[in-house]
Amino acid sequence: MKRVAMALKELHRAEHDLAGELLDLSDRHKADHELFHLGRDLARWSQRHVRGIAEIGRGRGVDLDPVPKEDAAILAAVRRKGAELLGRHHAPAVLMLRDLRRVHRMAAGVSLDWEILAQTAQALNDRELLGLARACHPQTLRQLRWANASLKENAAQAMVAE
Amino acid sequence: MPERDRIAEPWGARTPYAQGAPWPARVDMYLEDGLAEDDVERWAPSATILHSNGDGLDIAVKDDRIVGVRGRASDRVNRGRLDPKDLFGWQAGHHADRLTRPLIRRGGRLVETDWDTAMDAVAGRTAELLRERGPSSIGFYTSGQLFLEEYYTLALIGHGGIGTNHMDGNTRLCTATAAAALKESFACDGQPGSYGDVDHADVIALYGHNMAETQTVLWSRILDRLAGPNPPGIVCVDPRRTPVAAAADVHLAPLPGTNVMLMNALLHHLLANDWIDRDYIEAHTVGFEELEKQVADCDPEVAALVCGVPAADLFEAARLIGGAERLLSTVLQGFYQSHQATAAAVQVNNIHLVRGRLGAPGSGILQMNGQPTAQNTRECGADGDLTAFRNWANDAHVEDLARVWNIDPMRIPHYSAPTHAMKMLRYAEEGSIRFLYVSGTNPAVSLPELGRIRDILAQERLFLVVQDLFLTETAQLADVVLPAATWGEKTGTFTNTDRTVHLSEKAVDPPGEARSDLDIFIDYARRLDLRDKDGEPLVKWSGPEEAFEAWKECTAGRPCDYTGLSYEKLRGGGVQWPCDEEHPEGTERLYADGRFWSAPEYCESYGRDMVTGAPLEPDEYKSMNPYGKAIIKAAEYLPPHEQPDDDFPFALTTGRTLYHFHTRTKTGRVPQLERAAPQVWVEMSAEDAKERGWGEGDLLRVSTPRGHVDARLRVGGIRPGVVFLPFHYGYWDTTGHAPEGGRGRAANELTVTEWDPASKQPLFKTAAARLERLAVGDGTPSAAPTTTGSWPVAEDVPPTRGGEAAMASEETIGPEGSA
Repeated sequence: MKRVAMALKELHRAEHDLAGELLDLSDRHKADHELFHLGRDLARWSQRHVRGIAEIGRGRGVDLDPVPKEDAAILAAVRRKGAELLGRHHAPAVLMLRDLRRVHRMAAGVSLDWEILAQTAQALNDRELLGLARACHPQTLRQLRWANASLKENAAQAMVAE
Repeated sequence: MPERDRIAEPWGARTPYAQGAPWPARVDMYLEDGLAEDDVERWAPSATILHSNGDGLDIAVKDDRIVGVRGRASDRVNRGRLDPKDLFGWQAGHHADRLTRPLIRRGGRLVETDWDTAMDAVAGRTAELLRERGPSSIGFYTSGQLFLEEYYTLALIGHGGIGTNHMDGNTRLCTATAAAALKESFACDGQPGSYGDVDHADVIALYGHNMAETQTVLWSRILDRLAGPNPPGIVCVDPRRTPVAAAADVHLAPLPGTNVMLMNALLHHLLANDWIDRDYIEAHTVGFEELEKQVADCDPEVAALVCGVPAADLFEAARLIGGAERLLSTVLQGFYQSHQATAAAVQVNNIHLVRGRLGAPGSGILQMNGQPTAQNTRECGADGDLTAFRNWANDAHVEDLARVWNIDPMRIPHYSAPTHAMKMLRYAEEGSIRFLYVSGTNPAVSLPELGRIRDILAQERLFLVVQDLFLTETAQLADVVLPAATWGEKTGTFTNTDRTVHLSEKAVDPPGEARSDLDIFIDYARRLDLRDKDGEPLVKWSGPEEAFEAWKECTAGRPCDYTGLSYEKLRGGGVQWPCDEEHPEGTERLYADGRFWSAPEYCESYGRDMVTGAPLEPDEYKSMNPYGKAIIKAAEYLPPHEQPDDDFPFALTTGRTLYHFHTRTKTGRVPQLERAAPQVWVEMSAEDAKERGWGEGDLLRVSTPRGHVDARLRVGGIRPGVVFLPFHYGYWDTTGHAPEGGRGRAANELTVTEWDPASKQPLFKTAAARLERLAVGDGTPSAAPTTTGSWPVAEDVPPTRGGEAAMASEETIGPEGSA
């Protein structure tokens, strides 16, 4: 079962990072209201997943922090202020694509991790673990599709317009 | 002929009727002082334009002037009745403030110029930007108040000619969620129900829809049912005690921002009691299991606490809805302008789908529109849709549209959904949109967070064109202002909320050099020398009837099929689309056979994730196996982002009053209407007022992190913890285009820049606000009307009256005399 513990640890780290990345994206693009709000809403899903993973880990002797690390408040505030100041400029739009691309890549990794965990749970007939994967993985897929769709929606204007 | 003060009694006399009986006719008429019906020289057929109801009327003309209006008894929509706004509103056309010559900015000031100079500047700047920055630097923001022919021409110019994806209407603010909810549930826009459903329903549920003020004639129809034998049960969901709430059997007044929770609780109770039609669900829908799972967890007792409504009322509402044989539901801004707008509106569709109450007389859904021609903005593709309900994500549809327009499909941008209004403003803010052409709308008053909007529109680098009747707040910021003709001064068609198409004929010439929007758009296309792939002019028509014929061709085989219509046919009265060879008299109700336009090859939309807004990919959509079936979509409740706290303890909601339309550009210039509601007010409950020791008429300052509005207090029937501001009042009749000294009057100084991710409709109903008293009143009550949702708690407030000037004739014809 050492491998399950490792998988849980890995997923815990990956969801944690994804939540952080979504919050960063939200702060960096505060002037884009949809990214700002959805970045936060979707980070909350990953934070919930982190708690779920920690809970299941505890029953299995894997010690994981259930409280997702919030960004240092000052750093986030600086980022948001910077985003506001740059709000009148078009150049950050290309950075937005880069950030969405990173969220997409990270969410894809998390999705695969859930896939692995779900397969493992099935093979082990572990209902608790399977239940967690079934509750969380669909939301990861929605995060993934959102990053893809946002990228599509913004790409043309970011790349073509001066 | 009997007369009535229609300001004092906006819904006129009752003509009671029974379930299933025809609605009696009652002809309302108002003519200029001193004129009688016989004095009128000619009558031009038209329909009403100061709301979305689409009531048939005739425009009275004498000495080549419009002198009044008369409701048309034979019209299926209104049977002769008219809204007070329409009885009196036509007078705005005569107002001395009308723009009669184009204006151009010279040395920082707008000065009069000729059409050639103005249009050369507009077309010249467009061409220059196309060369230097390409089509993505050009945006169009239009209206819900032009005619079909005008939207279609604009959509062709923008999408087919210039090749920009940036085109939307102010319908984004009023009806985007109606369209989005229909697309989610039925994979295609198109109103399922008919106003005729009021005649047959045994229960009518109104969700966030103060119909008594927004569609007064449809409300009269309900009042007449309520006054007759076997009246329908009424369920009202609204945080204010509106006239609808007063007439309701059950009034649920949820806290703003809890609509999805409320709907899930209602659905939970319907399912738990098995008040559903399993055969219908099985035969005609997909997705039911998801809904079952979603609402199973929604304990109605807990939901009642979250929403702040008594659980017993929630159960009673569910019992009425669950027991209805013929259920009619209507939805409007209380749902559409809240967060989770689409998710909430879709749950209303779901109630009908799980109960199998759709398509039979009395069993209908009316996802309402706010503006008279919003339906056409949607149909024509001038508002973030592709023309004639084509699917922008389906290459075959784009190719088909390119065939109709005779252009290369590559010229029609379809890499993503057309850019919505708030996103266009964002592009203008960051400077990638450099040209914005605004027609028939006033974003400097109607969009959220006005301080930001004014900053964007006033930018030097943005070339702003405004086409309107008056020098609106937005027009004052423009580089070029184009004087437009209005209703009665031009010919065209428009379609109301229940798909009824009316022809509106030109009655008189526009004032001065003003021109129809259609003429201006065609002129613009000619100056840009837009061509099709054979080198012929892209816009092949020069007048409205030709444009209509071209539009018919574009709709052939699509859900909004107009091919069976013609101007000649419409002269006989309104007809509901689809109207084609198979349905030559139109179609009263959609989906009567439980068949939906959801086949992947045919549907207008694959839908979106209602939380993230991400469009579904074609294969995701196909995997739901929706062929011919409706799609039941579940939604989890999310709390709003901005919620009341210690600093901003009130939930702020904004809305409208019966006597005004949009930003008052017309109604504020009509004496009867202006006197009825002359000034902004703020509504607060008696409990909240008492707690603070504030009274009727006190001057308050309402603040959010975005701005202030000063307004007199109306202590009224709103739920505690919530305050209400009407959004109509701007600055054209006070300080120009912006407030002076921070003394705001427009409710949108306060609203938040945020929108529903699925419909992209901005939030006007959920914000958090702080209130303080600036001055104690002198005993004079606030200027809020007493006849409507803003009624006062105090009994000594003088009632709203129109007096002699507001007397309109009213002749009840009765069922035997009605057409």
